[in-house]
Amino acid sequence: MMNINKMTALDIGAEIKKGNITAVDAVKAFYDTIESTDNIINAFITTNKAEALRKAEDVQKKIDSGKLTGSLAGVPIAIKDNICTKGMKTTCASKMLGDFIPVYNATVIEKLEQAGVIIIGKLNMDEFAMGSTNETSYYGSCKNPWNTNKVSGGSSGGAAASVASNQVPMALGSDTGGSIRQPASYCGVTGFKPTYGTVSRYGLIAYASSLDQIGPIAKSVQDCAAVMDVICGKDERDGTTLDIKYGGLLESLNGNIKGMKIGLPKQCFDKGLDNQVKNSILSMSDTLKELGAQVDYIEMSFLDYVIPTYYILASAEASSNLSRFDGVKFGFRAKSFDGVTDMYSVTRSEGFGDEVKKRILLGTFVLSSGYYDAYYRKALQVKSLISKKFNEIFQNFDAILCPTTPTTAPNLDQSLSDPLQMYLSDIYTVSANLAGLPGLSIPCGFDQSGMPIGAQIIGAPLDDKKILNIGFAYQQNTEFHKMSPKGV
Amino acid sequence: MKITKEIVESVANLSRIKLDEAATVKMQTELGAVIDYMEILNSLDTKEIEPMSHIFSLNNVMRDDLIKPSIDRQEILSNAPDHTDETFVVPKTVG
Amino acid sequence: MNYEIVMGLEVHVELATKTKIFCSCTTEFGGAPNTHCCPVCTGMPGTLPVFNKKVLEYAVKAGVALNCDITRYNKFDRKNYFYPDLPKAYQISQLYLPFAKNGSIDIKTRSGLEKTIRIHEIHMEEDAGKLIHSPTGNETFTDYNRCGVPLIEIVSEPDFRSAEDVIAYLEKLKTTFEYLGISDCKMQEGSMRADVNLSVRPNGSEKIGTRTEMKNINSFKAIERAIAFESARQIELIENGGEVIQETRRWDDNKGLSISMRSKEDAQDYRYFPEPDIPPINISEELIEEIKNNQPEFASAKVLRYVNDFGITRADAEIIASSKYIAKIFEDTVAICNEPKEVRYWIINQIMYLMNDKGILPEDINLSCEKFAEFIKIATSDRINRPTAKTVFEAMFFASHDFDLEKYIKDNGLEQVDDTDSIREAVLGVLSANPNTVKQYKNGQTKVVGFFVGQVMKATQGKAKPDTVNKIVAEELAKL
Repeated sequence: MMNINKMTALDIGAEIKKGNITAVDAVKAFYDTIESTDNIINAFITTNKAEALRKAEDVQKKIDSGKLTGSLAGVPIAIKDNICTKGMKTTCASKMLGDFIPVYNATVIEKLEQAGVIIIGKLNMDEFAMGSTNETSYYGSCKNPWNTNKVSGGSSGGAAASVASNQVPMALGSDTGGSIRQPASYCGVTGFKPTYGTVSRYGLIAYASSLDQIGPIAKSVQDCAAVMDVICGKDERDGTTLDIKYGGLLESLNGNIKGMKIGLPKQCFDKGLDNQVKNSILSMSDTLKELGAQVDYIEMSFLDYVIPTYYILASAEASSNLSRFDGVKFGFRAKSFDGVTDMYSVTRSEGFGDEVKKRILLGTFVLSSGYYDAYYRKALQVKSLISKKFNEIFQNFDAILCPTTPTTAPNLDQSLSDPLQMYLSDIYTVSANLAGLPGLSIPCGFDQSGMPIGAQIIGAPLDDKKILNIGFAYQQNTEFHKMSPKGV
Repeated sequence: MKITKEIVESVANLSRIKLDEAATVKMQTELGAVIDYMEILNSLDTKEIEPMSHIFSLNNVMRDDLIKPSIDRQEILSNAPDHTDETFVVPKTVG
Repeated sequence: MNYEIVMGLEVHVELATKTKIFCSCTTEFGGAPNTHCCPVCTGMPGTLPVFNKKVLEYAVKAGVALNCDITRYNKFDRKNYFYPDLPKAYQISQLYLPFAKNGSIDIKTRSGLEKTIRIHEIHMEEDAGKLIHSPTGNETFTDYNRCGVPLIEIVSEPDFRSAEDVIAYLEKLKTTFEYLGISDCKMQEGSMRADVNLSVRPNGSEKIGTRTEMKNINSFKAIERAIAFESARQIELIENGGEVIQETRRWDDNKGLSISMRSKEDAQDYRYFPEPDIPPINISEELIEEIKNNQPEFASAKVLRYVNDFGITRADAEIIASSKYIAKIFEDTVAICNEPKEVRYWIINQIMYLMNDKGILPEDINLSCEKFAEFIKIATSDRINRPTAKTVFEAMFFASHDFDLEKYIKDNGLEQVDDTDSIREAVLGVLSANPNTVKQYKNGQTKVVGFFVGQVMKATQGKAKPDTVNKIVAEELAKL
């Protein structure tokens, strides 16, 4: 009998299509693993086994009758808990939304269901996607399957850890400053943040609207491309989605990167970068050269400015986006208060965790009268500058190769004590969000302690195909993405 | 820019977040550190640069003025911590 | 000392689109609480706004009609504040780039003063919900049906000096927007709301005093009262050596006073920033041109045309043109019957009277212009006289469109009597019944002729043709 848990999503889809296994077999297999491992990993906040099995039966009937023919029909997926699922708790890993049951489905959920993909649960994350370690979750931190003393990364920690530990073949995360790519890197899986506007945000509980983007985490670039083919596209409910016809991303992958020009940003190989990470990236660069790409060093002079710019913009938008959590229409309301204003204050103080409160206060500060120009407006100007610099780079280069993170996954309980250090773990990822660029993180090695190292490929706006193809070429010639943690 | 206790209190009030004395002091330190770190942006000359609020030059995304059915009131109210059959309920807003 | 009142207005006008500004729920007024709602307008997590095309069209129409410069590159901004009527805890509005600026509008007050009011800016935004306060308990109930109804806010310069100015301006806005078909501007339903920024200064002073902003003024009558109260309050404060504090005050029309809304907790800082969920809106030259070229004929142009083409007085023309609906009745009826003066007569003397008497709004008049024209034809013939015509008009005014004029006249025997013999009989009857008055006539008091005519009309139940009555009364009196 084949080991469904270790298979890629596309392989599972193919086996279901061939009739070798059923959608129900797949769902059962993954629930078996969730049930046996999640007490340690803590990747899931909510599971819905009975409902998922019922859906799997329905989907299987449609596959049998030829009504569902997509490459992912019958394959299970798990969803980061900030994406609204109708009738299924969506908590944002916050006490504030502990009992929140959306009355509508996010656009991506509708699309997945139409494609016959089966949702098997909702994934742990940093509270309201604010954090880089998954430790700000109200429901406890999600552990790294490679070493459960280490963090899974964040904010989509549950998404990366669940795929890495074979609890699910693919997951949806969201990425505001690196929240798909960074945990994917820490957990040794493949994570993709598409060009801003490629995937509808309708139903994604907003952290920073101008930066948020939904994307897949899976075991291979091909799986990510297959998920993208299902979820991307213009949505009339999200005015920021782009009207682009991609054609099939999966179909377009050919592994041919001959003559492609890839830039290595000098500044990313300076201070703060772990040596083992550095060597893995350089070795990946050699592999890409062997495959026919041309690799040169480039200047990314703005690197020191990206974190401050990101935190100003993201916190400002968050302070506004999270104002609706006031104990009136949904979610938590404090038990004891004095009048309506106090009800707001007590509810929000009790309902939000410390990191969320801090970012709300920071965002409120940078937007407040007297400080707007010095901080918020300034950050919008720097964003413009960064975007312009990227445009210049992409006039001469097809893609940028750099580490996803400066180090491999840190130990639990280490980062939150030094918030600035935690913020710095996003230094290589946030600029793609600021400029709206597609970014891919793929496994490219391990450090001495056996923790995975991730490489990031960043492309020009709408060059999603191109960077997925670079990742695909690399994965065709390497085995890092096929590794699983011990005991899984 | 020094983050004073008054700034923290005023920002907390605007944010409708209640901080006790200890939390106020802690926030003052942590926000102070973050904002200090942000000062690095001041070393960039951005005088001639237009602030960029939207990353791509997408514009005029509009819908037609066509009515779609509203959703069931029960659903609108289903997640409210306090509601009647018809409305949300909050503490009285006028004296 | 004498003081001058200086006021600027912030007028909110609900646009008459079918759907809300950022979602597809209906904007229909009324409806059970929270039944015109969806995840978007109730601010559910994860939802996003999508801008209604029609709102832009209506807004630009208003901007063009108020002679504004139209902003080509537009953005929305978020205005952040907590209040239970605002489910997202921010209102999507425009601060940095309002769609219209630097406009003006000419007004004429009831006492005939003509002046120009400058418009500072107009911006688009979404309306908030309604709060219903429990009369006994310690609860407030929230109804989000109005959340997301499109508004434009028209901010004037401080060009008003009296309540009369303010009312003339609001009436002009109402008429203009009615002609444009972009709003019904009903103050009582809240589709037009005015906040008054008011300050006072000694006569002759150039410096503008500290102002207060008064909210919650819901009728023209309330505007007069609120302005009188607030200006007197400020003058008294200053006279007693006090100082006016810049603040927002709430007008309480029942108590007849304004109350400070200031509280320490509400230090206002709206933290505006560009709305990231809505891409910028470019208003094209073509759209502006198209709107300019297709503007309706406004009241002032109609007045001129009515005076010049139809020969009616300016005063009457102004009354007719002050409402799009009345003007339409006038024009459509004249187009059919070609009797402008007659139509004017019935509008000014009957329609205006009936509206006033029964509290009917112009837009609610349900009068078929075909019927009205048919009526004019009958009224100007010899078939019914004026007093009877009034009765017929009133019946027609309140009836449905299938009202049968001929049948009504016939069934009620209202046809004018022009039968010389029967009228003569009535005249002779009146003369013999009033010997004393006949004596007065003989003594040279010719005024009493009118009395005889009146009595004859009465005796014939108003149906006798007045000309014939006059003639026969004269003949019979001459025989005496």
